[in-house]
Amino acid sequence: MKHWTLHLALIAVLFTAQYWLSPYHATNLARIMVLAVFAMGYNLAFGYTGLLSLGHALLLAAGMYAAGLPAQLWGWSAGPAFIAGIAGGGLVAAVLGLLALRTAGVSFMIVTLMFAQAGYLTLLYFAPVTGGDDGFAVSAASRTLMGFDLSTDTPRFVAALTIFAFGLLASLVLVRSPLGRTMVAMRENEERSRMLGYNPFTVKLAALTISGLYAGAAGAAYAILFGYVGASFATIQYSILPMLYVLLGGAGTTLGPFLGALVMFALIEAATGITTAHQFIVGAALVILVLFAPKGILGTIRERWVRWLP
Amino acid sequence: MAFGPFLLLALMEGLVTAAVLALAAAGLSLVFGVMRVVNVAHGEFYMLGAVLAWAVTTMFPGPPALAFLAAVLIAPLLVAALAAAADGLILKRLNYDPEATIVATIGLLYILQQAALSLYGPNANPVTAPFEWRIQLPWFGYSGYKLFVVLAAGLILLALWLFMTRTKAGLIMRATQVDRTTAQAFGINVDRVYMGTFALGAGLAALAGVLIVPIQQAQYLMGHDPLLLSFIVVIIGGLGSLRGTLIAALVIGLSDGVISMFFTPTLAKILATLLVALVLVFRPQGLFGAKA
Repeated sequence: MKHWTLHLALIAVLFTAQYWLSPYHATNLARIMVLAVFAMGYNLAFGYTGLLSLGHALLLAAGMYAAGLPAQLWGWSAGPAFIAGIAGGGLVAAVLGLLALRTAGVSFMIVTLMFAQAGYLTLLYFAPVTGGDDGFAVSAASRTLMGFDLSTDTPRFVAALTIFAFGLLASLVLVRSPLGRTMVAMRENEERSRMLGYNPFTVKLAALTISGLYAGAAGAAYAILFGYVGASFATIQYSILPMLYVLLGGAGTTLGPFLGALVMFALIEAATGITTAHQFIVGAALVILVLFAPKGILGTIRERWVRWLP
Repeated sequence: MAFGPFLLLALMEGLVTAAVLALAAAGLSLVFGVMRVVNVAHGEFYMLGAVLAWAVTTMFPGPPALAFLAAVLIAPLLVAALAAAADGLILKRLNYDPEATIVATIGLLYILQQAALSLYGPNANPVTAPFEWRIQLPWFGYSGYKLFVVLAAGLILLALWLFMTRTKAGLIMRATQVDRTTAQAFGINVDRVYMGTFALGAGLAALAGVLIVPIQQAQYLMGHDPLLLSFIVVIIGGLGSLRGTLIAALVIGLSDGVISMFFTPTLAKILATLLVALVLVFRPQGLFGAKA
């Protein structure tokens, strides 16, 4: 019960945020929520199942282009484009999983990194269609849903919040379900779970595919809500970001990805006045986290004080 | 012009790529082999080598050849010292856990890149080659310096091989690679071996950066491509195998040169990255790996 109360309370607070935040900050919050969906997907693979992927940018870009290209080429509207984006992310994740999950540990990291890099280069190679690094803007007609113009502040915020809320609650249900427990078992001890009769490959494939659905949803939402599609979202940077958010907020916690994204945005925003060295902050955050707080914010809180935190 | 000259030019360019790549990849392979650490910041050590070479040659008063010689000696040493510090401050504290060290070296990558951007700036700067000979080939003249790079890389790799197989330090490193615990039981200071290996790996990358900088200007983002290609070479060649690394560097360098010349560089990189991913999936020991 208290799990649901906590998560619903967060969603309620976020809903009211549009009334007490300035439009600039509200737009930023919408962006954070979309990226948090991406990070939640990453968390399901990395935090819960123990799959440290360095190729999630590929899945984000798959969702982004699966939504953006039909909108651009055939004038699809926001609804079908969004669904295509989710499907695109899931499909690419499943194919990636079929190949990459034959490896584990460091090899898995490098294989995912290489596939993501190949995907990025492919986007560059077909620049006449994909727009390459410059990308393209999604037309206004493809950014309306049921009469609402998603390029304006309020509908955009509500749409981002809706997607975020769905993602958050679905991940809460998932990690408390039998599949979620099995995913954790894979992370903790793959051999023992195999002995107990679980098939590690199918469980990990399912986790990675679900992770891809999240990444696809985030990519599609980004394309539709912020109206831009570009190959830069397939760069290694966007594989590192969700990892950073998850590590900061707490790997293996449902609320960690959002908290991590929020804190990281706030850090960079606060540092903008002092320095333009954003990369330095990202780098230092990674090193400090892995050295001194490998469990992240919520992971530490769970360990010390609030044992029931999902 | 006919097909022949183009092919020869592509192969020559590929050979230069291969030589530099073999140096950088040997460093990466060494670090992975001995320490089991995947150093994502390896490309930044290469970049730092090039940037420091620019700094040294700019500050050095003498003729270009001497200034370049100073850069060859100073830049890799500075980078090696930096790597040794990073090892002691970060990697050692993580107990060389494979996944944690990858995350930490990603952080290191960002920090070094930002440091280069803040201190050195976004511009690309050239370094004068130590000499300006042209060697006349059947169809065209070719830069003597580029051939010198190939030769130098070959000699350095030979020295590395002799160091690993003929000296006591090399023996200790190989012993640590085979079995860390037993090496420790025999009184080998594993911490110091690790620090030395990390410094040596970074120094090799930096040396590659110094050698390339008269051909390709020094820029703060230049570490990206060598990192990727080094990974590809090390994986295809089989992790920890110096001979495999050399063969793979030749294969990747030459095919990169040929495909870049006749198609596009992007296509060459797509094929190489896909190849490496598939090699890891279906033949994890590498194409030339020692164990079956």
